[in-house]
Amino acid sequence: MTDIPIIEMKNISKSFSENQVLTEVDFEVRKGEIHALMGENGAGKSTLVKVLTGIHHRDSGIIKIKGNEVEFSNPKQAEEEGIVVIHQELNIIPYLTVAQNIYLGKEITYGKTGILNTDKMNKLAAKTLQQLGVTDIKPQDIAGELSVGKQQMVEIARALSTNAEVIIMDEPTSALTDREIEKLFNVIHSLKEQGVAFVYISHRMEEIFQICDRISILRDGNYIGTKYIADTSFEEVVKMMVGRELGERYPVKNNKIGEVIFQVENLTINGLFERVNFEVREGEILGVSGLMGAGRTEVMEAIFGYRKKDSGTVKLNGKPLKTNHPINLIKEKIGFITEDRKGKGLVLDSSIRENIALTNFEIISKFGVIERSEERNLVEKLIRKLRVKASSIEQKAKTLSGGNQQKVVIAKWLGINPKVLILDEPTRGVDIGAKKEIYSIINQLAKNGVAIIMISSELPELLGVSDRIMVMHEGKVKAFFDKHEATQEKIMMAATGG
Amino acid sequence: MKAYLKNNMAILGPLAGLIIFSIILGLISDNFFTLGNMLNLLRQVSVNALIAFGMTFVILTAGIDLSVGSTLALGSALTAGLLTSGMDPILAVFIGLLIGFILGAINGLIITKGKVAPFIATLATMTIYRGATLVYTDGMPITGLSDSFAFEMIGKGYLFGIPFPVIIMVVVFIILYFVQRKTVFGRQVYAVGGNEEAAKLSGIKTDRVKLWVYSITGMLAVLAGIIISSRLDSVQPTAGTSYELDAIAAVVIGGTSLAGGRGRIVGTLVGALIIGVISNGLNLLNVSSFYQQIVKGAIILVAVLFDRSQKK
Repeated sequence: MTDIPIIEMKNISKSFSENQVLTEVDFEVRKGEIHALMGENGAGKSTLVKVLTGIHHRDSGIIKIKGNEVEFSNPKQAEEEGIVVIHQELNIIPYLTVAQNIYLGKEITYGKTGILNTDKMNKLAAKTLQQLGVTDIKPQDIAGELSVGKQQMVEIARALSTNAEVIIMDEPTSALTDREIEKLFNVIHSLKEQGVAFVYISHRMEEIFQICDRISILRDGNYIGTKYIADTSFEEVVKMMVGRELGERYPVKNNKIGEVIFQVENLTINGLFERVNFEVREGEILGVSGLMGAGRTEVMEAIFGYRKKDSGTVKLNGKPLKTNHPINLIKEKIGFITEDRKGKGLVLDSSIRENIALTNFEIISKFGVIERSEERNLVEKLIRKLRVKASSIEQKAKTLSGGNQQKVVIAKWLGINPKVLILDEPTRGVDIGAKKEIYSIINQLAKNGVAIIMISSELPELLGVSDRIMVMHEGKVKAFFDKHEATQEKIMMAATGG
Repeated sequence: MKAYLKNNMAILGPLAGLIIFSIILGLISDNFFTLGNMLNLLRQVSVNALIAFGMTFVILTAGIDLSVGSTLALGSALTAGLLTSGMDPILAVFIGLLIGFILGAINGLIITKGKVAPFIATLATMTIYRGATLVYTDGMPITGLSDSFAFEMIGKGYLFGIPFPVIIMVVVFIILYFVQRKTVFGRQVYAVGGNEEAAKLSGIKTDRVKLWVYSITGMLAVLAGIIISSRLDSVQPTAGTSYELDAIAAVVIGGTSLAGGRGRIVGTLVGALIIGVISNGLNLLNVSSFYQQIVKGAIILVAVLFDRSQKK
């Protein structure tokens, strides 16, 4: 009886026009397990979930829920069978209360009158939150005013209120602070005890090994295998995902560190961060660590003239720079790769060519008129250099995978031949293969004398790539560590204010 | 080839519509395809097309300009004032265009510096400019503007047998087409509408781009107004009322997205022609102007629905 899996998918195939996305994939979820679904971007993870919940229709294969064959035609039906998906972009309506969000679409009314029984919903919502062990969210709170971590709890509560037996979470930790992640894991664990199963989709290997029971791996739409976490290792999983040995995770460093080229002095935006001081040398990679909300991104945006600073100076080769608009820094060959690729990095509706052109008009135009051949040459050179996978330079940015989108953003900035390059979470949401390529690019730039500032929330990455690490805590620079003395523990200590 | 077709589908749809409408009207009415009617049609289209060209740039930046009709009225009334005071007509026209540019720039400043949503900002100036026109004209038409050759030429003249307003329209179209497809500014317009934050982070002065598109639009609205004034040798204080709707319709029928970042000025030309062909054809067929409005609205809907199905 208990051997019947809650979800059983067999031989699932799916193609979009001539593009085969899933080929005979098997996947099962058992009661009360936490099952990781892994694979590089484009491996077919999201498509598999969409086939399961009826957003896409499979070409062949069978889906059984608790032994019964099913055919969902929309996610609502899947929900009724106890399968709920929590997407990376949360589905919270910001102006409604927590309880209203939890009961969205299944509001409790007085009989059939259509009049909302707010009282009852609040009480039941409170009960569900209690079941999660969450004490700091009230049903009457406005959802939009909660932190991302708390909003996620609201989504989980919503799933529970439908009596979910399987909760599918897509990259649940990508926007959470470490403390919130810990809370999330506690909740997942306690729900597991109550028999709820999780499908956990993530790129973060450390987390998966921390909380999952089993792991299933997809590669290029093929099912590669399922392993018990206890029986496998990072190396094996990576090998299964990429189909080859990746070798060293981080490239061997061979950059030579020169003179101080870039200085930030007493930079302040009231209420966000104050008196931030640091310098970067030619060919040096300065890693920047800190918890979410420590002000890292805001500092970089202020340096780059995207945010208005209240005081402080930014200097290149000892010369103070005007920081009232990004163009003034671009002219000095300073580049900034934003963490928000889709929101601030790319014009998604435009082509690769048009996106890369945006920062490079000076090179590709004369008297304000664009020289098409110059533009084409530059763009083609850059996407060859970064090995962007695309059908042509006319492909629209929104149709590229995350890793390739990120490469296009990097390409935009390599065009200006930067002397200083700021990268904010350059590998977020990017698969392992592309991550490694990005590390090599960063390394290559440093070797050529570019001063690099790299924000990252992944400590192993920071330790693997940086020459020096700056740690921020609540708007202040808390510590600097040389690469030889830096450890995860020391960094976390400083980042949490210790 | 396939990619080329795909990229140009947005234009091909409206173009096919234009051809089909023209053929149908040609079959029903013997007068439709006469040279005289064609030239007349183009002349009628030119006013709306000029305003819609500017509107295309505004909408590409994800904005909107509801004030064009009032800008047209105020600009032409002030120009008429200059003319009746005896100013050299060419100078007066240039000052008129400058006034249009400034009225547009005011919109741009309210939107960029005041951070007011374009819809609201231009709704307000629409009313203000109209009010100013009524104040200036005292609610009366200004007549007897100028009988100089140069001024009369603008609205009534012909060059090589082609109505002069049509020539103005074509010249402006060619300039703006070049600006949109070949210049840095053109690219910046798309980037601002496509993703303003990304544009700013890429070093584009987004406020300046917006200021320019509203200024150009204001200038083109007054240019259209001067064509009308020259043709009628007078300015009505109510001139240009609801012209913004025809201009927006032309832009939308031409496949430009109201969300910004996507569309082309060629489409707007086709859109303006479609509206022109429909009104002209229905006039030839003696269909009442009441019904014409229903048809026009239906065409806007069809165009948008077609565009929607393309995107899927």
